[in-house]
Amino acid sequence: MTKVTTALAVATSIIALAATSASAEKLTIGLASEPTAMDPHFHNLGPNNAMAFHIYDRLVAQDEKQNLTPGLAVSWQPIDDLTWEFKLREGVTFHDGSDFNADDVLCTIARAPDVPNSPSSFGAYLKGKTAEKIDDYTVHIKTAEPYPLMANDISTIPIVSDSAGCAATTEEFNAGTAAVGTGPFKFGNYKPGESITMLRNDAYWGDAPAWTEVEFRPIKSGPSRVAALLAGDVDMIAGVPTTDIATLEANEDIQLSQGVSNRVIYLHLDQFRENSPFVKGNDGAEIKNPLMDPKVRTAISKAINRDAIVDRVMEGVALPAGQLLPDGFFGVSENLQPVAYDPEGAKALLAEAGYPDGFQLTIHGPNDRYINDAKIAEAIGQMLTRVGIKTSVETMPRSVYFGRASKGSPEGLPEFSFILVGWGAGSGEASSPLKSLIHSYDKDKGFGSSNRGRHSSAEIDAVIEEALRTVDDAKRQELLAQATEMAIENVAIIPTHFQVNTWAAKKGLEYIPRTDEYTFATGVVKQ
Amino acid sequence: MTVFIIRRLMQALLVVFLMSVIVFFGVNVIGDPVHMLVSPDADQADIEATIRRLGLDRPIWEQYLLFVSGAAQGNLGNSFIFGEPALKLILHHMPATLELAFSALFLAVAVGVPLGLYAGLYPDSLLSKGIMAGSILGFSLPTFWVGLMLIMLFAVELGWLPSTGRGDTGHILGIETSLATRDGLSHVLLPAMNLALLKISLAIRLTRAGVREAMGQDYVKYARAKGLSTRRIVFVHVLKNIMIPVVTVMGLEFGSLIGFSVVTESIFAWPGMGKLLIDAILQLDRPVVVAYLMIIVLFFVLINLIVDILYSILDPRVRLRDQGA
Repeated sequence: MTKVTTALAVATSIIALAATSASAEKLTIGLASEPTAMDPHFHNLGPNNAMAFHIYDRLVAQDEKQNLTPGLAVSWQPIDDLTWEFKLREGVTFHDGSDFNADDVLCTIARAPDVPNSPSSFGAYLKGKTAEKIDDYTVHIKTAEPYPLMANDISTIPIVSDSAGCAATTEEFNAGTAAVGTGPFKFGNYKPGESITMLRNDAYWGDAPAWTEVEFRPIKSGPSRVAALLAGDVDMIAGVPTTDIATLEANEDIQLSQGVSNRVIYLHLDQFRENSPFVKGNDGAEIKNPLMDPKVRTAISKAINRDAIVDRVMEGVALPAGQLLPDGFFGVSENLQPVAYDPEGAKALLAEAGYPDGFQLTIHGPNDRYINDAKIAEAIGQMLTRVGIKTSVETMPRSVYFGRASKGSPEGLPEFSFILVGWGAGSGEASSPLKSLIHSYDKDKGFGSSNRGRHSSAEIDAVIEEALRTVDDAKRQELLAQATEMAIENVAIIPTHFQVNTWAAKKGLEYIPRTDEYTFATGVVKQ
Repeated sequence: MTVFIIRRLMQALLVVFLMSVIVFFGVNVIGDPVHMLVSPDADQADIEATIRRLGLDRPIWEQYLLFVSGAAQGNLGNSFIFGEPALKLILHHMPATLELAFSALFLAVAVGVPLGLYAGLYPDSLLSKGIMAGSILGFSLPTFWVGLMLIMLFAVELGWLPSTGRGDTGHILGIETSLATRDGLSHVLLPAMNLALLKISLAIRLTRAGVREAMGQDYVKYARAKGLSTRRIVFVHVLKNIMIPVVTVMGLEFGSLIGFSVVTESIFAWPGMGKLLIDAILQLDRPVVVAYLMIIVLFFVLINLIVDILYSILDPRVRLRDQGA
């Protein structure tokens, strides 16, 4: 933690230095994925949210470790069980010169969940919340039940201007006329598929960015992106392909930055069907679903050599996972370690559970979603086959995979028996995966929406729900850690590794990696 | 004649209708766009709301009828991902693809014809053999590999040309194009070269074959006997005769230049229709895929219709046969 703080301090001082010697400095960044609009509320999607950060501020910001820090709100606290008070920053102006105040917050909260044609809205973060203006610089947000994650939710909502943005359409944002925020950069130009340019906001309330102009270029093909960096057409790229990391590391003109992300890659196992469609006996006949037995699930977890996946498949660019989030995040357990590779122990457990000769299983996974996803599925298939579970591997494009994995069976239930998936904790704390992956599938309460293994345990559910009601941070942290430990103990899911993301910049520049995988121009510092 | 055109029009309409059924149902049975769109944080209620808003909760034939009634009014549906009309998106990306295709066509003719001419005139020289061997490579090397090699050589190693992107654009006749600026031209050169490689090889082979055949013809012998200079024979008489098949084939290949630009556009991050299509396929943006395919279908049906009509004007037998049938 101290290391990060020092790095931050150094970074800020460098930014401040660069700002004082304000000369025309242009930064060009090659992106792996492109935002779908300049309207910050149009599409709740990683690339859009990362882009919106440059032009708009949030009330509560997330630093590069996803810790909450003051943004347009200087402080926030619960004043009673159901009300959170946000004190707004005074003296902030929008890019068009108008003042920022509570009216902008209120109209943003009204607009964000309700943008026409939005493929994925911000409604999930604003559901059940009502905002109230107390005075120009105080806003109260109320919920029907005690809600501890208020600041996390609010940290996802970019604030637009009451006068320029709230009534505007997505087209007006794309054209730039409505793209007025309070952020470190002003809208410059948006050419879909080509480039997005931004200009420094000299009146920014925070540390002024080091760059007078930033251009983002979407270059989706990995080799082309690397080539663009090597050719000097861009100063920095995101999403360096793992196969290129070794070559770039040896290149003296290139500086790599790596950081662990909030994304865990895990396996879900069918725990709700007596006869699972992709589990068969050794003779190919239907058998009672062995994945229901915790011993079998533990055996599978022990049979997976996480270090080998990290070293061989991921070329060292990943961390073995023993729980849902890497160390350092709110709500992780200090007692959990990655399950050790133990093929003999796995075989013994299988025999104990009544499967001394194993059974047949199919692992399904996407092949274009996570870093090296298809190769990981193949590796896991081989490892399981080695302990007697004869595993075949089937991977498919994500456009087909996720629909089938969520509701592909004839009854509209998850189709597969054993799947490889990933989860990024957008809120930056453990309740996000616990709520969606571990909690029992409960449509009415909105829990377990991505629980494709349908693991269900009333005890764990109770702890998760209690955590989500507990406003006291220390107590909630404990509850989240407890729920995580219970889930791992039960082998509700099998985490394999945490993704590590790699950025590459030309010599003299360095990127401060972010756990949320976002690429921020303000995170690029001169060495 | 009018009857003939009406009959052909009806047939064209039938083709468009059948294609719309195949394309719409074909695209709509693959995958599930909802899980590509919603944020993983969304709960079950949000997912269902998205399904309803996109109209995916309706039976597929109802979705198709909605699509057809929209299409009849020139609305091919809204992109799931961009929320904008699919037709507008495609038209917006069209100039970039067309300028790439035109540049490639120009390169194919400007490079391919002179080389083919040389190879045809001096078939036994070492250089000609080199040209022909090169044209085999042009046919057989995969586009994506050649594209990456071009980037590595000209952008990374030599640093002469930019690696990706479209560069600055200017206006020619009111159309925004990168052919109007020096920076834009330097950007278009590599992708156009990559796209043109196969067509250059084709032009070389066509020209060479034509020249070799023409040089033995009586009219060339006669011209020689008359004492015309070789230069005049080759550049006036031979070239004029062999250009007919070259022009015909190159014209036809223009369509495939637009179609095959998908790979080149992806590698060079060229913001054209091909890249739009491939992104739409990967993200399952069904309306854009359907609209793109429908536009291509219309395009080809229209070309064929015009060709049919021209044939019937040129050749009465086509007309008569059609009436007899």
